[in-house]
Amino acid sequence: MTDVTDTKQMAYIAAQAADARVNLEIETEGMTLNIGPQHPATHGTLRIVVKLDGEQVISAEPLMGYMHRGYEKLSEVRTYPQVTTLVNRIDWLGSFANEVPFILAAEQLMEVEAPPRAQWIRTALFEMSRIANVVLFLGDMGVQLGAVTPVFFAFRDREFILNQIEAVTGGRFHPNFDRIGGLRDDLPKGWIEETQGVLKRIRDFCDEIETLVVGNEIFQSRTRNIGVIPPDVGLSYGLSGANIRSSGVDWDIRRDGGVGLVHHELDWKVWTHPDGDSFARFWVRLQEVRESCTMIEQILDGIPAGPVMAKVPRIIKVPAGEAYVETENPLGVMGYYIVSKGDLTPFRVKIRSASFNNVSITPWLLKGVYVPDVISILASLYFILGDIDR
Amino acid sequence: MSVVLADLAYWQETTIRLVVGLLAVLLPAGTLVYLFLFKMMSFMQSRLGPMEAGPYGSLQLLAEVGKFLQKEDILPKAADRLVFKLAPFVVLISTFLLILVIPAGPDLWFIDVDTGIFLALAVSSISVIGILMAGWASSSKYSLLGALRATGQLIAYELPMVLAVVGVIIQAGTLNVQDIVLAQATGEIFGFGGIGNPFVITQFLGFLIFLIAVQAELTQPPFDMPVAESELVTGYLTEYSGLRFLMFFIGEFATAAIFSALAATLFLGGWYVPGLDVTDNLFNVIGPIILLGKTLLIAFFIFWFRFTYPRFREDQLQQLAWKVLIPLSLINIVITGVLKVVF
Repeated sequence: MTDVTDTKQMAYIAAQAADARVNLEIETEGMTLNIGPQHPATHGTLRIVVKLDGEQVISAEPLMGYMHRGYEKLSEVRTYPQVTTLVNRIDWLGSFANEVPFILAAEQLMEVEAPPRAQWIRTALFEMSRIANVVLFLGDMGVQLGAVTPVFFAFRDREFILNQIEAVTGGRFHPNFDRIGGLRDDLPKGWIEETQGVLKRIRDFCDEIETLVVGNEIFQSRTRNIGVIPPDVGLSYGLSGANIRSSGVDWDIRRDGGVGLVHHELDWKVWTHPDGDSFARFWVRLQEVRESCTMIEQILDGIPAGPVMAKVPRIIKVPAGEAYVETENPLGVMGYYIVSKGDLTPFRVKIRSASFNNVSITPWLLKGVYVPDVISILASLYFILGDIDR
Repeated sequence: MSVVLADLAYWQETTIRLVVGLLAVLLPAGTLVYLFLFKMMSFMQSRLGPMEAGPYGSLQLLAEVGKFLQKEDILPKAADRLVFKLAPFVVLISTFLLILVIPAGPDLWFIDVDTGIFLALAVSSISVIGILMAGWASSSKYSLLGALRATGQLIAYELPMVLAVVGVIIQAGTLNVQDIVLAQATGEIFGFGGIGNPFVITQFLGFLIFLIAVQAELTQPPFDMPVAESELVTGYLTEYSGLRFLMFFIGEFATAAIFSALAATLFLGGWYVPGLDVTDNLFNVIGPIILLGKTLLIAFFIFWFRFTYPRFREDQLQQLAWKVLIPLSLINIVITGVLKVVF
């Protein structure tokens, strides 16, 4: 403070006053807009508080928790087989995939391994739930940008996949089919042939989307160079799944980690895109649906014979210990950290769900964009509310 | 109509004009909603659309109107009540004013003014005031954003629309809509007069610009930024329900029908079809049907784009208007003027 002379101080005050006068003359008042919790574009009850200057976003803050259902706490009073009914409802579009990492973690603690046939069927259902999930994204992205037609195609063709999942598990959305040590049941008769037909339909759907949406000039102008996530920023925010792969990070747990599932025995490719914008995220997901079809086809050809259930006790008591297993779920990396004290119920379950991290980048990403792009960026990040709030 | 009504008393004439006017607005609007919004959209999206009410769901419109009439009429607490209630009427006014100048036959029109097309283009922008009223009075941020977007968009696209019509006016040499139809009916293309001279052939660029501008004026996708349902819920319509929403809805589709009719009149020859003499009295009977047919053809394109394309961003659609459409329409005017002198 010593070097502030009177003249300097006076000049500073004068400048401040001049600034204030200018600000008063051309004052534009900011506007706070609550996007959500009830809003058609947030797939549920995400609330994003954006401060706007005109239509430009000054700051954005996602507020979560409107759909918190307390699954981590509820798991502590459920036996291990009962937990899968809960976690089905985390990412409700690809629900079978939610069960897999939990079961794998429990199997790790119990030191049992599912028989090969169960592992292969598990992987097939895992990839089918990915298709059921991402197909809807491919249609929904159009809706968020104002094209109503693709989503009807998506709902139409997702139905075939859901039918196949239902044929095996008995549930369209909440299969609750995965068991510690294997699967509840074997495949029904004729399922493999039917599924091959369904996969062809899904591939046709992908081609349809490619011509209807990806090739559209307006779609490209709305998504190219919009919401660009550089790889280092994406990694520092903990993004995963297609969101980080579309920033050029070649990281897929199906290939790089992968316990308990048979992805490493299949011939497939991890798709990445160098751009990191909304278009890249859409494109990578489109390719991943095709890649999933390839995987399921190989699985259908190569399912080994044998039992679908290992020898496990009727009443499951998991030995004391800790285990963390993560898998590459449709929305990104999903992991379960289970602490067991040797009881019928887990002592503590921590769920790492992908959408929570994927949404956390929004304050950084939405700064300075326009309101229409807020919607398209949120849509391209692709989150499920249940996966954010658990 | 003027000939038919000449001998009637004033009240009879007024009643007939009122009924015909209402029919002329509501009938095409209903046809558009049923044919395109219900059925064509459904078939494009691989579903059936309404099937229960009447054969092929043809009475669904009545059911929809009944539904809207039954709905609770909600008025936001902080709304500017008078303006909020007036806004739908202001939007409808421009729709009803537009129908005045469109002729449906040699003797079928509501008013015959020498500056008909000028009047039509002038009154078409009254709806902006209604939309701005709706957005402001709703006291909702989404409504306000939507209304401002609508205003910016409608002003921007008014210009290419007017400039596209200027080409037609130069070629026809008149502002009178009836005379524009006659000019197309009696015109010749390079000396060949077999099909008249529908201006869609000679003014194809103008036709395209006009269609794009109409799409934007109607705030239909890909220009539906003002009502973008995934961003602004439904823009300036957000707070409206029941009868008032129905009036906006009718206004939207009636305006779509009337702009299509205007495009059909300006570019496709209006009520005229080749093969009959222009002065043939038969046109007073079949003219409206021919006009409706051509209107549906134009509306088909409008709705086809509506169901196919995603929407532009606000700045992108302004760029399209100011950087692409307006220069193109100016070029169109220059070329038309030069060719008019040459031929």
